[in-house]
Amino acid sequence: MELVTPSIGLVFWTSLAFICLLILLRKFAWKPILGAIHEREQSIDEALNKAELAKQEMARLTSQNQDLMQQARAERDEILKEAKTLKDSILNDAKKQAQVEGAKLIEKAKIEIENQKKAALAEVKDQVSTLSLEIAERVLRTQLDDKTKQEALVANLLKDVELN
Amino acid sequence: MDCNRVFVSKVKRLTIVFTLLIAFLSIKIDTFAQVDSAVVPVDSAVAESAQAVSGEHGEAGHGKEKFEPTKVIMEHIADSHMWHLWGHTSLPLPVILYTPNGLEVFSSGNFHHGEHDYNGKYNNYRLEEDHIKVVAADGKVDEEASKAVLDFSITKNVAAMFVAILVILIVFISVAGAYKKRAGKAPRGLQSFIEPVVLFVRDDIAKPNIGHKYAKFMPYLLTTFFFILFNNLFGLIPIFPGGANVTGNIALTFVMALGTLIIVNINGNKYYWKHIFRPDVPFWLYPIMIPVELIGIISKPFALMVRLFANITAGHIIVLSLISLIFIFETLAIAPVSVAFVLFMDVLELLVAFLQAFIFTLLTALFIGMAVEEHH
Repeated sequence: MELVTPSIGLVFWTSLAFICLLILLRKFAWKPILGAIHEREQSIDEALNKAELAKQEMARLTSQNQDLMQQARAERDEILKEAKTLKDSILNDAKKQAQVEGAKLIEKAKIEIENQKKAALAEVKDQVSTLSLEIAERVLRTQLDDKTKQEALVANLLKDVELN
Repeated sequence: MDCNRVFVSKVKRLTIVFTLLIAFLSIKIDTFAQVDSAVVPVDSAVAESAQAVSGEHGEAGHGKEKFEPTKVIMEHIADSHMWHLWGHTSLPLPVILYTPNGLEVFSSGNFHHGEHDYNGKYNNYRLEEDHIKVVAADGKVDEEASKAVLDFSITKNVAAMFVAILVILIVFISVAGAYKKRAGKAPRGLQSFIEPVVLFVRDDIAKPNIGHKYAKFMPYLLTTFFFILFNNLFGLIPIFPGGANVTGNIALTFVMALGTLIIVNINGNKYYWKHIFRPDVPFWLYPIMIPVELIGIISKPFALMVRLFANITAGHIIVLSLISLIFIFETLAIAPVSVAFVLFMDVLELLVAFLQAFIFTLLTALFIGMAVEEHH
């Protein structure tokens, strides 16, 4: 019977010790341990949620990037096309202008050539007349070296004048 | 030989205890209460007859020619005013007596293993079968005066419990420190050994049984779990500072069960009390139902008390009986068998140490859960 009869001393010390243990552990062990575990679980949850969000964000960004790429490609194509047409038009313009300019230049050159030709012809005429005068003078001089010839000429001239 | 007779009856009793132990392990939790109440008489019968036997042989003393296993085992199972270290060396423990005249404190070494009386301030004391008795002037034990003296001594069990508490405090406060130091990081070392157990108590004991109000009861459940577990484990160490049968002592399990009783009934809500005083049965059944429910309040923690006590005590008895075989047969040839069986039992006891801490905490959580449950 002794085995199943609680002794007062042991009951007293056990109660005292257990209550002390409960209070001490509650304050110094369970509160920090459970708190830390709870906090860590929350932070893990949070991290997982954040990772999920990041994944979604990533997917969103990827699709956005793809869109942007496509858009950019389309834009590039358009720009290239525009550039091509622009180039063509510029080339055509330039060609036309060059043709017009060339025609003008040719015209001018023709006129100039004409002018020059006229001037040259005038000069040639002058020179021819001068030269003919000189030649005539020299011829005359040689012909009129002696008196007889001069008299003959005058006579001839006079004959002409009389004729007139 | 009467030793053999004792041995045979011992084996029979052990078989009963062992069968019950196995039954404990295999029976569903909700049927525990009934099984336990059946165990009580058996176990008290074991204790009683054991006491009777040890009384019979009490006069024989420590004779070398005669080995009395029952006495040895019962000496171990019971509490003591000394802490036996080895051979004839014992650690004397303080004796604290509350007498009608005042407090009396002295060392148990003064008794010289019960061979001498001690002349205290108010009375003369004698150690008789590890009980402190008052000796009257004529040299005989005065039973009347002995009853008036309350023994608050630091006995072997109390000292062993203090050692366990010290270890618990050191372990958990250092672990708590580690949590503060490594806030938010993965557990390491002792921390990673303790954390799964704490989480187990929280997620598998408290949460499913108590529900969302579990946080309030966590400190009590954790303290109960580790207090029982550490004391169970210390009890398995055969040498100092273990070896005391702390959780196999009815006084300790009584206090633990009382704690559960108080915490359950303090937190009982109106549904809990309605279930007891106005159960959903025809009113003419009330004279039966209310007493049954009231007994239920007591019987639940009572089952807790007896379960822990019986399991741990049974384990200690089996291990010691197996060891005693060597001395009963007085041959070393039996030693390998004994040691093999003791090894097996120790491993089983290791399991039981965890299991009993778990069951005690689980049932406490279950009772709390029943008391705080909301009905809609």
